[in-house]
Amino acid sequence: MITLLTLLPILGGLLVLIFGRTREMARLISALFGFTGLILSLLFWYAFSPNLPGMQFTEWYYGWAPKLGIEYHVGVDGLGVLMLVLSALLVVMSLAASWRNENLGRVYFALILFLEAGLFGTFTALNFVHWFLYWELSLIPAFFLVRLWGGPLRARAANQFFLYTMVGSVALLLAFLGIFLATNTFDFVELTRMAHSGRLQLELANNLPWLRGGTVAPLLFWAAFLGFAVKTPVVPFHTWLPATYAEAPSETTMLLTGAMSKMGVYGFLRILLPIFPQEMQHFMKPLLWLAVATIVLPAFAAWAQKDLKRTFAYSSINHLGYCVLGVCVAAQLTGDSPHLAAERAAALTGVLLQIFSHGLTAATLFWFIALLERRTGGIRGVEEFGGLRRVVPVFCGLMGIAIFASLGLPGLNGFPGEFLIFKGSFPLAAVASSVSVLGLLLTAIFLLTVIQKVFSGPVNPQWEAMPDLTTTERVALFPAIALMFVLGFYPQLITGMVHGTVMQWIAGGGL
Amino acid sequence: MSPTPWIVRVLWLIPALPMLAAGFSALMPKSQRRASATLAIGSMSVSLVLALIAFAEALSHPARQVVNFPWMQFGTQWVSLGWLLDPLAAVMLVMVTFVGLLIFIYSLGYMAHDDNFTRFFCFLSLFAGAMLGVVIANSLLLLFMCWEVVGLTSYLLIGFWFHRPAAAAAAKKAFVTTRVGDLGLLLGMVWLYAQSGTLLFYDHSAGCLEPGAIGGLGAHLTVGGMAVSTAIGLLIFCGAVGKSGQVPLHVWLPDAMEGPTPVSALIHAATMVAAGVYLMARVYPLMTGGALAVVAWVGAITALFAACIAVAQNDIKRILAYSTVSQLGYMMLGLGVGGVAVGMFHLITHAFFKSLLFLGAGSVIHGCTEEQDIRNMGGLRKYMPITFLTYASGMLALCGFPLFAGFWSKDEILHSAHGWGLSRGPFYLGAIGALLTAFYMTRQVYYVFFGERRVPAATVTPSEVAAHAVNAEEIEPVVAAGRPGEVCEPAHAHESPGVMTGPLVILGIFAALLGFVGTPAWPWFQSFLEGQPLTWDPARFTTEGLLPLMVVSSLIVFAGLGLGWWFYGRKPIERATDPDVLERIAPGVFRALANRLYVDEFYEWTVIALTRFASAFADWLDRWILGGAVHLVAWCVLGLSWIDAGVDKYAVNGGFDAACRDVAGSGRLLSRFQNGRVQNYLRVIGAALVVLAVVLLLWERRG
Amino acid sequence: MTPLAGCLLVSALLFSVGLAGALTRRSAILVLAGIELMLNAANLNFIAFWRFGPHPEALTGVIFVIFSIAVAAAEAAVGLALILAIYRHAHTSDVSEITEMQG
Repeated sequence: MITLLTLLPILGGLLVLIFGRTREMARLISALFGFTGLILSLLFWYAFSPNLPGMQFTEWYYGWAPKLGIEYHVGVDGLGVLMLVLSALLVVMSLAASWRNENLGRVYFALILFLEAGLFGTFTALNFVHWFLYWELSLIPAFFLVRLWGGPLRARAANQFFLYTMVGSVALLLAFLGIFLATNTFDFVELTRMAHSGRLQLELANNLPWLRGGTVAPLLFWAAFLGFAVKTPVVPFHTWLPATYAEAPSETTMLLTGAMSKMGVYGFLRILLPIFPQEMQHFMKPLLWLAVATIVLPAFAAWAQKDLKRTFAYSSINHLGYCVLGVCVAAQLTGDSPHLAAERAAALTGVLLQIFSHGLTAATLFWFIALLERRTGGIRGVEEFGGLRRVVPVFCGLMGIAIFASLGLPGLNGFPGEFLIFKGSFPLAAVASSVSVLGLLLTAIFLLTVIQKVFSGPVNPQWEAMPDLTTTERVALFPAIALMFVLGFYPQLITGMVHGTVMQWIAGGGL
Repeated sequence: MSPTPWIVRVLWLIPALPMLAAGFSALMPKSQRRASATLAIGSMSVSLVLALIAFAEALSHPARQVVNFPWMQFGTQWVSLGWLLDPLAAVMLVMVTFVGLLIFIYSLGYMAHDDNFTRFFCFLSLFAGAMLGVVIANSLLLLFMCWEVVGLTSYLLIGFWFHRPAAAAAAKKAFVTTRVGDLGLLLGMVWLYAQSGTLLFYDHSAGCLEPGAIGGLGAHLTVGGMAVSTAIGLLIFCGAVGKSGQVPLHVWLPDAMEGPTPVSALIHAATMVAAGVYLMARVYPLMTGGALAVVAWVGAITALFAACIAVAQNDIKRILAYSTVSQLGYMMLGLGVGGVAVGMFHLITHAFFKSLLFLGAGSVIHGCTEEQDIRNMGGLRKYMPITFLTYASGMLALCGFPLFAGFWSKDEILHSAHGWGLSRGPFYLGAIGALLTAFYMTRQVYYVFFGERRVPAATVTPSEVAAHAVNAEEIEPVVAAGRPGEVCEPAHAHESPGVMTGPLVILGIFAALLGFVGTPAWPWFQSFLEGQPLTWDPARFTTEGLLPLMVVSSLIVFAGLGLGWWFYGRKPIERATDPDVLERIAPGVFRALANRLYVDEFYEWTVIALTRFASAFADWLDRWILGGAVHLVAWCVLGLSWIDAGVDKYAVNGGFDAACRDVAGSGRLLSRFQNGRVQNYLRVIGAALVVLAVVLLLWERRG
Repeated sequence: MTPLAGCLLVSALLFSVGLAGALTRRSAILVLAGIELMLNAANLNFIAFWRFGPHPEALTGVIFVIFSIAVAAAEAAVGLALILAIYRHAHTSDVSEITEMQG
């Protein structure tokens, strides 16, 4: 089943390339496959049994290259299902956003579908090599999407994005080669089991005696960390992000921020936390402060931006910082105290909620930017608007909802996740969480500044004739906005689905 | 356990109905004015009826009743939410729904001509719903959630006339300032959650406000030897400071007067700002002596501080705003020194008379073509008698004139402060504040209602002119008679329509009489809240030194009124441009007070400047240091590749090329021999033959 | 002087005449004629060494020369045909002007 799901977008992409003679045809085919992917992923959600531990819907073939530890092993747990649904949803949203953008043609739609395949593969693969393949595969369409359809500085941004991510990936690959040399396996499940029983450490120490009097495990950990830190991104490895998000077409940025940045967090949850538990504990202090820096610095920087896309790009880093914070505190050793274990569960559940809700919110915000850009011909400076609420009230109202979701207003999707993360992290790391709370304030400051400068004040005469959202656009946006409310009022929709997975993480079983 | 009565089970409907109304009216097109207003007022009326039923239920069963439900799951645990009905909640429910309903009705008239009438009622309903949610929440989390939504609607309503830059800025300021406090509340909340394992206030003796949890909290010590419960209490108090406009987070409240006047009445008098006080009342069991001392001092300082500033303001709504800040200080003081009932009593009476005053001010503004500067009013007594009478009732209640509502509630606060064991300071601060309250209200009333109508001259500040200019070109909807920007002729001043004066009259009656529910002789209110038996005992006046204190406080009020009359009422103010009497006496002090003691400027130059600097710094760090480091690495790699390219080009390729060149050169050299002349070849062959022959012959000879 | 020596002398002279003609003449036909002369000098040597050699009874020399003459005839035919073709192409038979094979 998972194989089918992963191959489907590739097939779709090829069909778009072959039959998408006209733009209409191309987008129709891609929409068809996008929706099929969404429906299939929702079927997974529906069929998933949240109370069972371990992976579900697994497929396992030994035959690929067993001598090298390369096996075809796929499966999903709560995290995987969540990511599948999120990616499929975001692809559909991104396609909807690019529906009427005449610049984006056949190849664009095909690349989006290829990207979706990469995402699906990354979120389901359980063997490192197989996983890494998709991890890199998703990068290629993303590169071309930025390179071919981006803004004026697209070449520079795309190169920076690609190279930077590549550096991280190479480090990650080296780390796993080291692990393979020591343990002879690439399988995540197997490695997690070994890490949990302490055998992994032993094997690393025995089989890789490269460092005299020490183990290479910390080195491998930091190498793997680098890979995810660049992708997520964690300060100070984030400098590629604002440029890339700003230069990429907004329809692509939706996917970059919504789904691709989640690959990093996914890596933290699927690989760093289960496979390197001791290292996570050992380096918790520096990791925590990196997380705090990821929350606070970009929030400050966002306020200083003059470009709406850069503002939201920094806000995106800030929101992912909460995820990193949650993951870091969840690594803490809590001994036998069931009380503290519950705090870890809260933090991890919060991270999962935050992943989904940030994906939804950020993508929606960039969707609005795309709509705005199409109306202004690409102008999106914070200072270049004013009084839009009078000209395009529906646009401003709906975007306002998304903005408030982003700043964590209760009743919208941002709040439950942030609350759970803080609820979990405060007892485990009081000082770091107290500093991080500053991020919430700064988010409010810069988002409200955006509203103040763009929506309020006297009308800028340049935009007096700007058309409001069309009925089609309203209908297209409605499900996204509605979902924000649904998740705000009923987060159990997600927490109920992932709680078995979280329980297993807490128990230390990892996967 | 007895089954939960139906009213408790459906208590959630009270906040849900206005919220649903808001949701529906958000989806309505702008033109559905009547439907939207009907929906809002209808839902609010149903809520009021339900609230009254709940009140009756609380009267008959004063014991606390809760309904809890699980909300979301993490690991093995659930985050639970719930609602509760106890006397405290019941009183607030009735107050909020009642005052809210009156303000809704009043808004029908006040906002009648506004373009965004539909939106206004949508926001108003959402606001009321969220506030009611705060009231019935049985979980600090649910309370916090509704609290934030209250903040949101306050933001939307303050910035309702969003095309005015001042309104947009004020809205942002309100949200951000209160959010500063909310961060403390959030931290306090997660700390409380971590310590007690639940955020439910009451959960069949497992809640965080019940003795088990409280005992545990008090036993733990944290930094500096402070009990954990004190620390948590102070953090929660941060939230209340933000929302209730206590010093030092009071700065947003006066600016919030940029919103439409009913909003000022609803939010900044009756409900939202009261939410902070209500929060403290709700978590009162958590508060230890140390935390309460902080609350009392902050309250007392706020009470005096804001009263001082109110003396020198000229905007009718700003005076009321500072008076609100000051009265909220009294409530906090009451909570700190006297307990829940003392603070809540003042909250309830204040809600009535302050919303009355705001609505009265709205009526004045409405009848006076958008004029807000009291120097440009005067003599309105004749044109708007109902407004004047009701306003006077509210003013006397606010001043604490004997027998009016404010008298009883304020007196109780002062009495508690007087009897406070730790310090007399708050009492003296409060007393001076009371004097100033009477003084500035008298000043305002004389300016607005007495004397002759003053024609506005150049006293209008440029910013107000700008605001009016915007209004003029944008069909400012609020105006019933006359157009803004015109000179406000006496003839134009008129009484407001019945839909506006009706609520005024009702509120006026309450402002006068409400105090009698909590007199020392018959403390119905206090005993209801505290669940004690009610007795009629006039002797309480004479015991506990109550009577002398009452006399003293009455004297203070009379002194304030007298001073006001002496300065402003003795000689009618002639011209709008005349400097204020106080300004003539002490220009420096007056100017400082008129500029709100430069608190805003202070923040502008410290906190905000610091934040701006940090933001610029973070941006700089990103662009030049972190980005620079990445670029440095990139340049290093590029440099290496240049070196490598050089080696390739000049060493490796160069050697190869040279060899090739040599081969080609020798080929060229040799090709000279092949000149195409057959006979040359032949000659060479011949010569070679000869040479060969000679060599062979010689070879043979040797061999 | 033995008959062999006389024959060899004659053939040497003949060869020298042929060589001189082939090297100095400009007309391709005459160069060809020179070559033929040298060839015949070689033939003469064959006959001489056969006649005055140790086994005159075996007719090896005669047969060799007959072959050689036949080949020379064919060669002359091909050579003349080539010269004709070159003449037709370059309108000259002067070998010093035909330098197209220059390297």
